[in-house]
Amino acid sequence: MAGVELIDVHKKFAETLALDNINLSIPEGLVLGLIGHNGAGKSTLFKLVLGLIAPTSGSIRVLGQVREPGRTPYELQVQIGYLPEVVVLYGQLTGREVMDYFGRLKGTSRGQRKQLLEKVGLGPVANKKVKTYSRGMRQRLGLAQALLGNPRLLVMDEPTTGLDPIAAEEFYDIIDTLRSEDVTIIWSSHVLSEIESRVDEVAVLLQGRLIATGTMDQIRQRIGLPVTIRLSGRFESVGEQVKAECARYGDVDVKDADHIEIRVADAKKIKAVAALAGIPSLTDIQVEPPSLEALYDHIVSEQNRSDRDA
Amino acid sequence: MRSVAIVVYSQLMNGFRNRWILGLTILFALFAVGIAYAGGATSGHIGYTSLATTITSQASLVAFLIPLIALLLGYDAVVGEREQGTLLLLLSYPLSRGQMLIGKFLGHLLILFIAILVGFGLAAGLSSWQAGGSDLGRIFVAYGIFILSASLFGAAFLGLAYIVSVRAVERTRAAGMALLIWFFFVVVFDLALLAVLVGTGGNPAERVIIPYVLLLNPVDVFRLVNLLRFGHGAGAMTLSGAVMHGALGWLSLLGILFLWGIIPVSLAIWRFRRSEI
Repeated sequence: MAGVELIDVHKKFAETLALDNINLSIPEGLVLGLIGHNGAGKSTLFKLVLGLIAPTSGSIRVLGQVREPGRTPYELQVQIGYLPEVVVLYGQLTGREVMDYFGRLKGTSRGQRKQLLEKVGLGPVANKKVKTYSRGMRQRLGLAQALLGNPRLLVMDEPTTGLDPIAAEEFYDIIDTLRSEDVTIIWSSHVLSEIESRVDEVAVLLQGRLIATGTMDQIRQRIGLPVTIRLSGRFESVGEQVKAECARYGDVDVKDADHIEIRVADAKKIKAVAALAGIPSLTDIQVEPPSLEALYDHIVSEQNRSDRDA
Repeated sequence: MRSVAIVVYSQLMNGFRNRWILGLTILFALFAVGIAYAGGATSGHIGYTSLATTITSQASLVAFLIPLIALLLGYDAVVGEREQGTLLLLLSYPLSRGQMLIGKFLGHLLILFIAILVGFGLAAGLSSWQAGGSDLGRIFVAYGIFILSASLFGAAFLGLAYIVSVRAVERTRAAGMALLIWFFFVVVFDLALLAVLVGTGGNPAERVIIPYVLLLNPVDVFRLVNLLRFGHGAGAMTLSGAVMHGALGWLSLLGILFLWGIIPVSLAIWRFRRSEI
């Protein structure tokens, strides 16, 4: 069963086409990273999946159930957790009261509400008003409410904004636990490096179109961006010679006397590393696959170019 | 049903917490008891005058106050949640738009009702005490109808506030719109009607139509329900009482007020259901 499935989905607001022919299937238990600029259609996609708006055309299935326009059926919604991007959760209420309100709507036990508050580290401030919370604490409260009722689908819009590194680590741990419980997760983020190693697949949205989907490796292979090889060592004496050697494998970028970077096609990287390892005075060698950032920039600029040509 | 009850409960708890209920109750009690006690001051004595005078004075006061309070309570019901970003979140829960709006509406109405009940209940108690135990039945019925009609009257303006709130993009604009609505129904409507009547000298056709035009303003309907119950004398002193005289009885007017209580909020729900969020 697919966790979420969108078939030929279009969404039009007045004159603007917010989503253009989206086909996306997210298997149950998969963690999908959703990437796109503001205004690319991410929030529209979220609203459709959550059942808050209806598509102009096309169909949407969530946890095996077809989304009917204007319906948010109890049995389906209780299985969905949502963490919006900007969460200002009723400042005049305490953390516990916020959890009670939302928890009651999902029919959860008092015990679970308490346990979730402790899980996100808000146990000690449960009786303080939300308006006194820091940004990170609010974000954690947002996460706690999203986990109410053990959702089978979790939709998160920029979940780590405002979290300090330790809280972010704790957040990743929670996601790992959910992944092991086969919860389907859609996770949008601007911090591409954060998603990169933590999602199973990514989907790239640009101006309402899905321009790339798949695992990181699949996308890397398809686009064929070069790998970066970083050399460190004392190169002053042998500078020109090393440069010439490196240039045989790809574009050379001399950072300073001690550091050189070479961009090498994926197919040539093993050969290059083997050869370059013999350079005298080399102290370190690092191979780095293209980052999501680089892939994203590449896809976006390519798309813009083809749009211009068309 | 359960979901609606949860929203009503939370709304009510908020009402207690932010002292809306306490403040309103004290406000109503002060005015109601003040009028009941000192209502006859203009006729030269302090203390219990007649039930009719007391209730009609209280009705005129409430006719100004309740619309303002209901509009203030309700104008940010939807737009407030939208602005702080909780609207999307709330609707992603197992809660339909209709359930959410009905829940909030009933919560607000309950807040208003509690304040009216306690505030004017005290006035009723004071009147009974001043009347020395006679007339208890009449006082009880009069205040019962007064409290019921004031609540329906409040529901009408809450519903209007909800229409504003559903349509508004910003809280501040919703607030401005709410004040305009208050100004229109409480001040402009009757003045305009008076201007027409005076200007034309009141020809026969107008005499027939105008009582029904009054039904378009819940403020007039509320006032008339409480004026006409006491027969000619009480109501005839006001413009609306004079023109309505003979056209409709107070019970039919109470029915009209009931319609005013449910139609605006129904429109708000209808609008909310078909809006993009």
